[in-house]
Amino acid sequence: MLKSLVSIFLASILTENYILSKFLGICPFLGVSKKLKTATDMSLAVTFVMVLSTCATWPIYRYLLLPNGLEYLQTTTFILIIASLVQLLEIIIKRYSVALYNSLGVYLPLITTNCAVLGVAMLNIEKGANDASFGFFHSIVNSFGAGIGFLIAMVIFAGVRERLELCDIPKFLKGLPITLIAASLVSVSFLGFGGIIENLFS
Amino acid sequence: MIITMKNLRKELTKGILKENPVLSLALGTCPTLAITMTAKNAIGMGIAATLVLVCSNAAVSLLKRFIPNEIRIPCYITIIAGFVSIVQMLAKAFSPVINKSLGIYLPLIVVNCIILGRAEMFARKNKFIPSVLDGLGMGIGFTVALLSMGIIREFLGNGTFFSIPVFEAGFLEPIIIFILPPGGFFVFGILIALSNKLSGLKKDKKKNNATDINCADCSLCKTH
Repeated sequence: MLKSLVSIFLASILTENYILSKFLGICPFLGVSKKLKTATDMSLAVTFVMVLSTCATWPIYRYLLLPNGLEYLQTTTFILIIASLVQLLEIIIKRYSVALYNSLGVYLPLITTNCAVLGVAMLNIEKGANDASFGFFHSIVNSFGAGIGFLIAMVIFAGVRERLELCDIPKFLKGLPITLIAASLVSVSFLGFGGIIENLFS
Repeated sequence: MIITMKNLRKELTKGILKENPVLSLALGTCPTLAITMTAKNAIGMGIAATLVLVCSNAAVSLLKRFIPNEIRIPCYITIIAGFVSIVQMLAKAFSPVINKSLGIYLPLIVVNCIILGRAEMFARKNKFIPSVLDGLGMGIGFTVALLSMGIIREFLGNGTFFSIPVFEAGFLEPIIIFILPPGGFFVFGILIALSNKLSGLKKDKKKNNATDINCADCSLCKTH
């Protein structure tokens, strides 16, 4: 049990990184990674929402939609749950901690439409359908790992972009194109982790 | 706005080149990068997104009078989610292969910012016919961008064109990295650079202010 949890956690950070190999959450990756501070704050908020939304969507799917044959409502239900959860969270944070709201709150509306959050909720269900042992705790660990993987990718990329600022870049590559090419190089480095998880525990 | 043929044609064509959602506005980047390993997938995704875009634009423009302004974003998300579910079911029934290869990215059309963006920026302010045409044009623009990514990546990474081998076996070794994630970022970067170059430097002044595309710039978030 513990072994499988650890391997899920590591896999979702290294080999199945949500940004660099699954292409989920590219908008914040390109948009918010300019400064290290904002990148970290945003990723922490994403991690939190990912875990929270998995806690909410998994039981609802398993105990409400699945027994009643309502699987086709998955998309609608999940996006509404996530949207209302984020809204609720925003209200709570605003009410109890202004400091936290100022650092995290601004990212919350962005997170509603972040495909990484909806993606992780859906992938957990998909994995659970393919593998019966992939239960609630596995899903939580997977979501947490996905969030941490997101954080790592954002932090690494923020560093790369700070360097890019100082470079002399051809005019037509300025802005988005060079950012994407840099992302491609970061993604190559994550390819190097391929196979590490399978061999770690054997 | 008076509806004339010229205006209508403009609504339809602007999404294809001038305001291409992917190449010039950098919206909907996730599916653009994720499913363009093959040209076939790209077309499947393009058609699915176009269907959702046209339907949601039509529905939003018809319902614009009944949707309260304060909660319009949740309403739009619900409308879009409904249409995405329909498209999912259609894909499952009529082309299970495409459904399988698009996988999780098919339901993720819900959070594709192109669709919400068009509902927010265009459909809620315009009449039915222009909204439908706008959706169609944007959808075609999205499909064209996806398809060009798909063709390039499939050709370089797999040596095939719509799964038909281009060269004899052993003539050229395919560069596998192009169908892996890094190739997606790379080809997308080069395509945007090319489209910047082709659309001339007249947008340069504007571009310099908006070099960092940002989710926060998307109309969705400005409402908060």
